[in-house]
Amino acid sequence: MTISNRPTPDTSAAGPAPARPTLVRPAASTPLGASLERNPGTPLDLDVVRAIRVNRSAVERRAATIPTRRTVKKEWQAAWLLRAITCMDLTTLAGDDTAGNVRRLCAKARNPIRDDITAALGVSHLRITTGAVCVYHAMVPTAVEALAGSGIPVAAVSTGFPAGLSPIEQRIAEIRASVAAGAQEIDIVVTRGHVLTGNWHALYDEVQRFREACGDAHMKTILATGELATMTNVARASMVAMQAGSDFIKTSTGKEPENATLPVGLVMVRMIRAYREQTGHIVGFKPAGGIRAAKGALDWLALIKEELGDRWLRPDLFRFGASGLLTDIERQLEHFVTGRYAAAYRQPMP
Amino acid sequence: MTTVASIFETMAYGPAPEGDAPVREWLERHQLGTFGHFVNGAFTKHGTTFAVNDPATGSLLAKVTQGTSDDVDSAVRAARAALPAWQQIGGHARARHIYALARAVQKHARLLAVLETLDNGKPIRETRDLDIPLVARHFYHHAGWAQLLDTEFEGCAGVGVCGQIIPWNFPLLMLAWKVAPALAAGCTVVLKPAEFTPLTALCFAELAHDAGLPAGVLNVVTGDGETGKALVAHRGIDKLAFTGSTEVGKVIRRATAGTGIKLSLELGGKSPFIVFDDADLDSVVEGVVDAIWFNQGQVCCAGSRLLVHEGVAPALEEKLRARMETLRIGSPLDKSIDMGAIVDPIQLDRIRTLVNAGVADGSQMWQPSWALPATGCFYPPTLFTGVSPAARIVQEEIFGPVLVSMTFRTPSEAVELANNTPFGLASSIWTENINLALDIAPKIKSGIVWVNSSNLFDAAAGFGGYKESGFGREGGREGMYEYLVPSWKRDAPDATDPMPAANNARVGSTSGTALPALDRTPKFFIGGKQARPDGGYTLPVRGADGSTIGEVGDGNRKDIRNAVSAALAAKGWARATGHNRAQILYYIAENLSVRASEFAGRIDAMIGGSGGQVEVERSIDRLFTYAAWADKHDGAVHSVPLRGVTLAMNEPIGCLALACPTPHPLLGFVSLVAPAIAMGNTTVVIPSERYPLAATDFYQVLETSDLPDGVVNIITGARDALVKTLAEHDEVDGIWYFGPRAGATAVERASADNMKRTWTEWTARDWTSAAQGEGREFLRHATQVKNIWIPYGE
Repeated sequence: MTISNRPTPDTSAAGPAPARPTLVRPAASTPLGASLERNPGTPLDLDVVRAIRVNRSAVERRAATIPTRRTVKKEWQAAWLLRAITCMDLTTLAGDDTAGNVRRLCAKARNPIRDDITAALGVSHLRITTGAVCVYHAMVPTAVEALAGSGIPVAAVSTGFPAGLSPIEQRIAEIRASVAAGAQEIDIVVTRGHVLTGNWHALYDEVQRFREACGDAHMKTILATGELATMTNVARASMVAMQAGSDFIKTSTGKEPENATLPVGLVMVRMIRAYREQTGHIVGFKPAGGIRAAKGALDWLALIKEELGDRWLRPDLFRFGASGLLTDIERQLEHFVTGRYAAAYRQPMP
Repeated sequence: MTTVASIFETMAYGPAPEGDAPVREWLERHQLGTFGHFVNGAFTKHGTTFAVNDPATGSLLAKVTQGTSDDVDSAVRAARAALPAWQQIGGHARARHIYALARAVQKHARLLAVLETLDNGKPIRETRDLDIPLVARHFYHHAGWAQLLDTEFEGCAGVGVCGQIIPWNFPLLMLAWKVAPALAAGCTVVLKPAEFTPLTALCFAELAHDAGLPAGVLNVVTGDGETGKALVAHRGIDKLAFTGSTEVGKVIRRATAGTGIKLSLELGGKSPFIVFDDADLDSVVEGVVDAIWFNQGQVCCAGSRLLVHEGVAPALEEKLRARMETLRIGSPLDKSIDMGAIVDPIQLDRIRTLVNAGVADGSQMWQPSWALPATGCFYPPTLFTGVSPAARIVQEEIFGPVLVSMTFRTPSEAVELANNTPFGLASSIWTENINLALDIAPKIKSGIVWVNSSNLFDAAAGFGGYKESGFGREGGREGMYEYLVPSWKRDAPDATDPMPAANNARVGSTSGTALPALDRTPKFFIGGKQARPDGGYTLPVRGADGSTIGEVGDGNRKDIRNAVSAALAAKGWARATGHNRAQILYYIAENLSVRASEFAGRIDAMIGGSGGQVEVERSIDRLFTYAAWADKHDGAVHSVPLRGVTLAMNEPIGCLALACPTPHPLLGFVSLVAPAIAMGNTTVVIPSERYPLAATDFYQVLETSDLPDGVVNIITGARDALVKTLAEHDEVDGIWYFGPRAGATAVERASADNMKRTWTEWTARDWTSAAQGEGREFLRHATQVKNIWIPYGE
């Protein structure tokens, strides 16, 4: 028996039953093309923001069943894991980063899977790379140089990462400096206090100024959800960040007490969906922090596929922020190819 | 082509089948899938068999035996034979056995899950993550009740041999809900699983035997409705528990009327799913998925009537349609689907028929665009909008993945729509406003209320319905009572029921006084007013010496109708505080005390002797008892595995008809009326037919005690004729009958039509003792438990 979740090619051929009324989506939900218009933002709409309701228990129940309702096996699992690699912001954000380890990371980004594995999977021609490399501002020149010609963008965390409490002009200057140094993507952090005190105007203004400073560089707005206290705050902050022109919204810096969780991710992607329904604009999503296992990556992909649809399973709309995840994915791919459980030390380290 | 490279582009889901080899081997081992019954610790030789099919493929899974009445009889005998030893081993030993059953379920969890999925067609995710873990949980929980039985249910004893008939929608879970409390209470069981889905019950019986459960304690007889009928008709059982359709529940109620078989019925539903405009709509959508597309909607408590605030209905319906597009339907063994197969082509036909009726009614039907699997018993998720309350799809339980949606304007209209159904099993309320949620929850007539959630189950919380969704609870402390009886009652003889002597000519009047006695005319008491009989007839009341000591109204149907109307109009009484009700009961006692000697004289005149004074004193004592209880019959906060609370609230039944015992003209009356009104019910009371004058005198006490009009209504006359009218009245919610078996039989039979809660008793009860004449037993009959699930967390 086959699983059916595909549009019927011809509904009149569905048998003796009367033809079923099919889904009619509003204009905002028409299929997305390959290239997207950047989110231009909207004026701050507090009616929308304040009307947002989130029921934590219900969100948690839904999030808990995403990994139990969906699973992929064999070829499907291998393909999904490859997709996860292409959506990965391979990241190092440590105080002891040097040019040496950043170059090593970039080399891994260019060539994330062993050639014998890609050959066995029949995907050598796809030239799989990670989605980006993510570093501090100081490492941007090194990374840009190391990735030259690869097409892999460099992302810089910015605006006083991770706390975001340095003077606003310095934070804006930091963005400009990273963009000038060649960063094509800027991961900003917001002032959590604006969210905790419900100062949506301040949050909106801050994010809008950062976006302006980014220019052509894409901006991912880190909400630091682990410090936002409630799901309702997460949802409202997501909406304000999108209204202020974020290209992506992102869960965490990786430095908060709680990292990216599926319930938080669910709340954020539902806001992305709502923002699109309201404005027609498309925003991407990046969970970051604590995603280390291949299984966890598959759960995130299933969440996105279920809640936002297939178009979001591309690096222009979805990224993982991760450092250790890649090695586990490599191990799973090797296992798929050989049938043997694979060792981490056999995967070239980033 | 499904290469890794192509899937990398499509990001499609692939097949993810759960293996079924161990289950196939298990079936093979049992005579190539041919089963007898499981009786007295072993499989019987198979008899005439019928096919059990996998609904997803239509292929044959096994053949099981059609149980005959002889098969049922031998199973009941085995259960009877096993009963004394099972009771004697005591609570702790039974706890060990039940604990072993919980462990056995866990050890064989996947076998049971896969077998259930093959047999029923529900997704493996559900059997694996919900059904089977809940089964284990139920046995663990009830191992605990077995351990605590002697101390926590003092004075109670297991009811005896239990016949249990379960449906096909949650085959093993329903077995657990029935078997676990029965075993804990010290009962033995004959279980008949559903014809479509008998396999996990047989597997479980075998596992239980292997786990050391004594032979005969659990017997499984397979078969269709005829086998069930034989079990219902068997007079060797003490208790019958049934889960299934309301239609069959009513048949069972009638068939067991007057047998003394304790009955619990968990029947159908058309449960409302109420969405207010401040709800988290995205979460509501998933709540709907869990409510109506869980188990293909074949769930008695499925939230099948969506009631949405008009302002958000378009947005919610759009979200629902989008969500329905992403549901996946397919092989139940696939780990990546949301919906599996409908249990049987018969059920599929019923769903189609009702959906067609909905379309014909002019309701708008919507189904997702994807195609169903080409073969097998499948039906797509279906949404009806623009439906009216009169539509058949709104009125009838569909038992399939079909949701009907209506809108409301105000909270009170939502409540009205929610209660506009004969059913009352469950309801779901979605709002982020706790004030609203907790205001609405008590107003919905349903045994379960889920706030911002749906279809949550746990062994620690009672499950069961109001109205025509049946009676009795499964789970929790309230569920244990369904398998227990007061110990004293088990060997009680039949009560004597002296009826009025034949109607003689009026015997003399007073003698030796200059003036004739001043005539007194006892009337009815309806809506706080004295009322003359509609028919204009009276009946003489004979004293102990045979003389006529008064005449009471001869009530008829219209008097009953008027009394019920008055009782319904007094429903504000249910909202009075316990403190307020207590004050009034104390006041009644006070006013009775003032007239104690008058009442004592009247009692002595009616029944002779000089016991009247003692009876009046006992009646005052009893009024005090229920004044005391009025604010103390607390509910509970159940310990369910949830971040939140589950409140078990004791709610009044509603309008109760009370047919008082014949002896003890005053004490019998007070013993029924006081607990009923203490718990917030309104009543229509038929006093002792032989000795009615204490009750008719009593309304003057009520009139002076601030009791709101209509809370107690009194109609005298021929008890059994009046009670028949009450039992046939659909606005009467419950009926207590203390009289002869023939009358009890009639009451139970007539009560089936609207599934009244009945409490009948023809055995002798010592009304003068506190142990038998008052207490929690009465309070339990005067209330029903509503479980309100309130998850929280911000």
